[in-house]
Amino acid sequence: MAKRVGIEVSIALAEAVKLANVDVIPAYPITPQTHIVEHLSEVVANGELDAEFVLVESEHGAMSCCCGSSAAGARTFTSSSAQGLLLMSEILFIPGPMRFPIVMAVVNRALSAPISIWNDHQDIMSQRDIGWIQTFADTGQEAFDLMLHAFRVAEDRRVSLPMIVNIDGFTLSHVVEAVELLSQEEVDQYLPPFKPRYRLDPRKPITMGPVGIPEIYSEAKVAHNEALKASKKVILQGWKEFADLFGRQYNPIETYRSEDAEVLLVTMGSISETAMTAIDTMRDKGQKAGLVKIRLWRPFPGPEFRKAAGKAKILAVVDRCLAPGAICGPVGAELRSLFYKVPGAPKIFNFIAGLGGRDVTVGRFEEMVDKALVFAKKRPKELYEVIGVREK
Amino acid sequence: MPNTDAIIGWKTITFGCHVMEPGSSVKFRTGDWRSQRPVIDNEKCIKCGICWIYCPDMACIQTEDGFFEIDLEYCKGCGICAHECPKDAITIVPEEG
Repeated sequence: MAKRVGIEVSIALAEAVKLANVDVIPAYPITPQTHIVEHLSEVVANGELDAEFVLVESEHGAMSCCCGSSAAGARTFTSSSAQGLLLMSEILFIPGPMRFPIVMAVVNRALSAPISIWNDHQDIMSQRDIGWIQTFADTGQEAFDLMLHAFRVAEDRRVSLPMIVNIDGFTLSHVVEAVELLSQEEVDQYLPPFKPRYRLDPRKPITMGPVGIPEIYSEAKVAHNEALKASKKVILQGWKEFADLFGRQYNPIETYRSEDAEVLLVTMGSISETAMTAIDTMRDKGQKAGLVKIRLWRPFPGPEFRKAAGKAKILAVVDRCLAPGAICGPVGAELRSLFYKVPGAPKIFNFIAGLGGRDVTVGRFEEMVDKALVFAKKRPKELYEVIGVREK
Repeated sequence: MPNTDAIIGWKTITFGCHVMEPGSSVKFRTGDWRSQRPVIDNEKCIKCGICWIYCPDMACIQTEDGFFEIDLEYCKGCGICAHECPKDAITIVPEEG
């Protein structure tokens, strides 16, 4: 039976990986991902988990090792953050088209320079187009549940794609929360053993990763992209079966008090929790504000988002990433594209908030909603605003 | 251009772009790339086999009499054999026509 415990979210996430009975964990420690891989190295050393923990020389080595072990048919997990994720970057683009279902927890952190160990989404947004399925967790329970969902979806033979679960560094990863940990029997009910479609096997040799000459490269890229888009069906199915078994339902786009809202905040990750409190405060004041949270970032659930946005006239889109020289932030740009020339589309205003661990408070969310209401009447000069930045 | 047996589209391309049979590089005629070719002078050749060792495409073939021939289906004309030959028995000449 599942048991509810007070636990650090990183440890809860690592426990989910242990319950998934992974075979290989190539990992290199980096703040704030450290507690996840430390805990996993302990459970492997203690004999609680029969897995190979590979002490690699770098994140580039970690992801290379992940590709190799996944190709050999092993259930593979790793985790990274920020500069570590960027050191993996060259390899991150490879398991998607090669259909290796590696599962990774990215503990989101700002990028240097200046050096920052604190939370925002610049690391994962810089790796947006690596071709992995990407989800975001808001709470410890979600981090635990989404981890199991990731193995289930990634390894499904209809999908066979790598998958990332994003959790915010420190503000989620290092927080102690009440989390319901599923038992081994319950996890085994949900997660079948990994049976890859193809594996490296000397008894039946095949070549993985041949050169893609110009006559075939486009077809290979489109095949991968179509597989990624088609994975949404299995992602939804994985969440439905999780709900049937354990009673917690996840959706690609989640809403909070959005039904009759005129203005909607759009968030990703743990700041959504604060945003919900802000919505309650604004509702108490009689403001028709609501919240839309993006849980599934890739493949982007366009129809689900349009449905969730409903008849709202204004979207205040929060980005945790400043895209230098761009028209606006990555989430803002995504939604502007989604609603381009759609009849009755809401006005979209983009706010960059919470960079490098800067708190995004209830007051800041209220400020964004107020500004969006003003901008809706008088179009601002810039297509985004960095919230709370000091000028003098 | 490689000799492909069929026109492959994104729906029919192999899973993960894997090559499902071993030894398939035989089908890839790298000789099509060649702009120059090696010519062996058997008067100078001492049958040492260094060209055979160094050839990246296994295009130096030893014949029954111990001398070497070039398999032009696969020779890319890279010139490594000529560079490595200790007796300067291999000359690289431009392909013509």
